[in-house]
Amino acid sequence: MIINFLFILLLPLLFIGVINKTKAIWAGRKGASILQPLYTVIKLMGKSEVHSHSSSHIFCWAPSLSLAATFIAALFIPFGAQHAVLSFKGDFFLFMSLLALSKAVIVLAAMDVGSSFEGMGASREISFTAFLEPAFLLIIGSLAYAGGFGTLGQLFLHHRVYIFNEWSVIIAVLTALALFIMMLVEGARVPFDDPATHLELTMIHEVMVLDTSGVNLAMVHYASALKVQIYASMISYFFIPEGMHSLSIIAVYLLSSFGLAISAGLVESLMPRYRISRNLELVIIPLSISLLVLAALIVHNLGGI
Amino acid sequence: MKEKAQIVNPFLYVLPDLMELTDFLNGIRNLCLAGYSPLCFFGTARQELLCGMALAGKEPILLRCLFPQDMQYQSLSMEFPAFHLFERELWEEFGVTPLGHPWLKPVRFPIGGQQSMEQYPFFSSESSALHEVGVGPVHAGVIEPGHFRFICHGERIEHLEIQLGYQHRGIMNLLSQGDIRQKMPLAECIAGDTAIGHGLAYCSAIETLCNVSVPTALQTVRLIALELERIAMHLADLSALAGDIAYLSGQNFFAALRTTIINSSLAICGSRFGKRWLKPGGINYGLSKEQNSLLRSTLEEAGRQIERCTRAMFADAGVLNRFDSTGSVSKKAALELNFSGVTAKASGLAIDARCDFPLSAYTEFSPLCLDSGDVFARASIRAKEIEQSLDMIAHMLSTLPPVSAKDSVSLPPPMPDKLCIAITEGWRGRIVHVVKTDSESGTEFYRVIDPSLHNWFALALAVRNEGISDFPLCNKSFDLSYCGTDL
Repeated sequence: MIINFLFILLLPLLFIGVINKTKAIWAGRKGASILQPLYTVIKLMGKSEVHSHSSSHIFCWAPSLSLAATFIAALFIPFGAQHAVLSFKGDFFLFMSLLALSKAVIVLAAMDVGSSFEGMGASREISFTAFLEPAFLLIIGSLAYAGGFGTLGQLFLHHRVYIFNEWSVIIAVLTALALFIMMLVEGARVPFDDPATHLELTMIHEVMVLDTSGVNLAMVHYASALKVQIYASMISYFFIPEGMHSLSIIAVYLLSSFGLAISAGLVESLMPRYRISRNLELVIIPLSISLLVLAALIVHNLGGI
Repeated sequence: MKEKAQIVNPFLYVLPDLMELTDFLNGIRNLCLAGYSPLCFFGTARQELLCGMALAGKEPILLRCLFPQDMQYQSLSMEFPAFHLFERELWEEFGVTPLGHPWLKPVRFPIGGQQSMEQYPFFSSESSALHEVGVGPVHAGVIEPGHFRFICHGERIEHLEIQLGYQHRGIMNLLSQGDIRQKMPLAECIAGDTAIGHGLAYCSAIETLCNVSVPTALQTVRLIALELERIAMHLADLSALAGDIAYLSGQNFFAALRTTIINSSLAICGSRFGKRWLKPGGINYGLSKEQNSLLRSTLEEAGRQIERCTRAMFADAGVLNRFDSTGSVSKKAALELNFSGVTAKASGLAIDARCDFPLSAYTEFSPLCLDSGDVFARASIRAKEIEQSLDMIAHMLSTLPPVSAKDSVSLPPPMPDKLCIAITEGWRGRIVHVVKTDSESGTEFYRVIDPSLHNWFALALAVRNEGISDFPLCNKSFDLSYCGTDL
């Protein structure tokens, strides 16, 4: 329980810090401390806010609602612990809705400002979601149905990867890959988005929060980092076999999160960004992979069609 | 390979006789039809129109006439679009109206002398399917001010209008006040990133007007400076292009290599941008034997590293995917609209002042050229020009004796009533300086034509039907100067 909360609070920003550090080292620079995102958020907490004249009340409360929704969604995932803080039968749907809500309010806030940039960013971000949500539901749904799991927490903790069963390995690898791509898309990372760019016209996530400042901006930063960490946690649990000691779970969880952050950093260092017009074609990849997972599960559990 | 033209750049003229307006316009038409393109076209305080027409390898032809009586004439732009900016300048500065000009809008000043940009006549569309996106004049990052107005259909750009003039400094006026021989610091900041390009054009124009000739070794050092600037800026552009597509390796390595190059300038003249290196009459900093060999070994090593980075970047599928077929400019447009430099060469137009109007120290030179006209072509032209310039420098250094700045010549007062046109190939393209002295050896006018003036329109053409998210990439591939246009 305590571990859950501690990790939810601290890990997301460290994760982003590790990505940035990896990029810096690859580029031959020393780079900022991996705590820098944390410092930035703390700094932003102490700042006052500027509100655009054209914005309404939506702009004021959207970031806090978005953060709250993401935070509650994170409680359904076992963050380095044996159990998730919250869980009930069929909680996938609430989890999905919370993430969707978090995104919807940020999009609303972006459009509320009335800037043409932010409207563009909002439309880009929403078009990604249209392909990612079905992919996620399909993967989680098929895994849950096949394994007979009722909750997200159970699914990730009890899902077994039998190393000697090729279908089991295939399913795990495919699922992890789909989740990794989703992590890159949802976290607005290269090759889908470029968090380091200063060019408004090419931004996706960043451009939506151009007018956000102060505490609200801190919340937006933290919420988007938390979303990345949620996906990373899901992947991490593929490395954690059932019945592991809780201390070992923490160790494996931290190690795999760290490894995922480094691989995300390496992807950013090695790959140029895709054209935005081609992004949508590539965002469909997780959906295709999730269909493969479904197919593999059918073969695995039912012995073929 | 083109033969070296038998002409002497800079070109010295006594003003030609006044022509009738109809003869003047017909003369321009005939020259255009014969393949000439306008070098300069402007009004003077004496109520005269001056037009310089250029053809590669030939001495530019100068035409002159009085302003039309009713201050209007039939516009040339519809027939020869290359004049469209010159005619707008003329209309803005002297109120001479080109009738039938398709796009008569201010270039540098707020319309009608009113200090309000709100009245700028932007092109707009009533369609509810289209939306407008305004970018600037204040940009993110360290970018000069300029306003871009997009008309978009969803993510696709239908039209882009570029409006500059936010940092008009009146530099042509400043250059024509006082002693023309002491304007080097001003000439170097016409465009801060082309200090050598503009500085060299200024120096050669002044030397020609003062009727002195600079020793060949000193001239060679100047050309080395010019090529160093080209290498450094092309590297900066390759780095920025990589940055725009989030290709981290390219961004960092090219930026680091650029530092190597500009630090070589720093070691020689104390300025990374080569400021104060040149002066009218010669140079301020020579090249000793040790400096010569140090520069050669530095550039050799840098050349090897640049080659590796270039090879890696242009072999990356992701990079090619972004560069290829993005922001194409046709050869026809480049020819009609008087584009120059990388913009023209990437569109298949082999124009380069280094072979078309060579300064005397140039030996044989043939410009590089690609056909596709897209971001890829502009990026690879830059990469290849770096290699070419490195070779040129290596060649020049190998035969260069130790050069001392003391060999510079001192300048007598300029000859009265002469006009000089100096042309250099800066890293952006063709730089033209036109200087006219009055009867007391003062300066009557000083016109500067930076390649950016024409090339900005190439950007507007290139982004049509592209995604708006590719605009920064296209923009970077041209890398044009705001202040060079604003003057």
